[in-house]
Amino acid sequence: MPAFLTHPWPWYVGGPLIGLMVPALLLLGNKSFGVSSNLRHLCAAYLPTKSAFFRYDWKTAGGWNLAFLVGTLLGGVVGGRVLAVGTVAISERTRNALTALGLHDLSGLVPREALSWAALATPRGIVMIVVGGFLVGFGTAYAGGCTSGHAIAGLADLQKASLVAVLGFFAGGLIGTFVVLPLLF
Amino acid sequence: MVTTAVGPETRRETARREWVVAYVLLGIVFGAVLTKAEVISWFRIQEMFRFQSFYMYGVIASALAVAATSLALIRRFGVRTLAGEEITVAPKVFGTGRRYWIGGTVFGLGWALTGACPGPLVALIGSGATVYVVSFLAAVAGTWLYGVLRPYLPH
Repeated sequence: MPAFLTHPWPWYVGGPLIGLMVPALLLLGNKSFGVSSNLRHLCAAYLPTKSAFFRYDWKTAGGWNLAFLVGTLLGGVVGGRVLAVGTVAISERTRNALTALGLHDLSGLVPREALSWAALATPRGIVMIVVGGFLVGFGTAYAGGCTSGHAIAGLADLQKASLVAVLGFFAGGLIGTFVVLPLLF
Repeated sequence: MVTTAVGPETRRETARREWVVAYVLLGIVFGAVLTKAEVISWFRIQEMFRFQSFYMYGVIASALAVAATSLALIRRFGVRTLAGEEITVAPKVFGTGRRYWIGGTVFGLGWALTGACPGPLVALIGSGATVYVVSFLAAVAGTWLYGVLRPYLPH
């Protein structure tokens, strides 16, 4: 296989390709790029609920987006298994900080000690995997978007709401990184 | 009867199926890029929140630049969709703004813990980190609880 397929792609290749999702979806069918809406569509489709937030025609509103989500999953298979990525070349300072935090194995895309099926049996794993996932779902629904809808599509459209949301993302991320993670290790 | 002309219903069905394929294909590109550019890596997200590398900022800034330029060009030249529709982007209602900073902060906390936003959550499952199925289901549960509590939350 050509080297560019098996090596990680630098930010100046990945970033612009991610940005192209915005015009591609608009050209395909006037759709706004945003992944977190799918969580809402899945609730509307499969979970029993009386709340008005989930009473809408999810197939018409979100059928295309759920198809995009299925594609994202398959894309992960292509990117992660067919064109496997080894150890992530993070900065030396981050390596040291994570080692100081208590991580020993910095190989792979995610730390096995904290984010794996085995870790799910520990309080730390439950907080990082289950509570973390729950907060992602609750927060993106509350804020009406995630990194794709607010940080990329929203900011590209100069939306004030998206700027406030992105500042919130970072406030939460800093609390998570410097307050919560040290409590877990 | 197979040789008779295709009715409008069937034609619409076929068209819908073609569109679904297009969105799946675009999603595959997205998921593969997220993975190959290591955007789905918990390590990269930590590096970002610790301000120890330009990498993730480069990803987001270049994605933003390409998206903003594309939007400006679409508007400047009145580009239409492949089906010939006018392209419109609905503005987000700001209101008091509370939902954005509170919801944003809650999501940010989850982003730091899991190292993943919603797109990467599913790309991670595909890439082999299957424990993220649990995070994804928890995220669906989080969205569900928000929907239930929505009338009582500040917006």
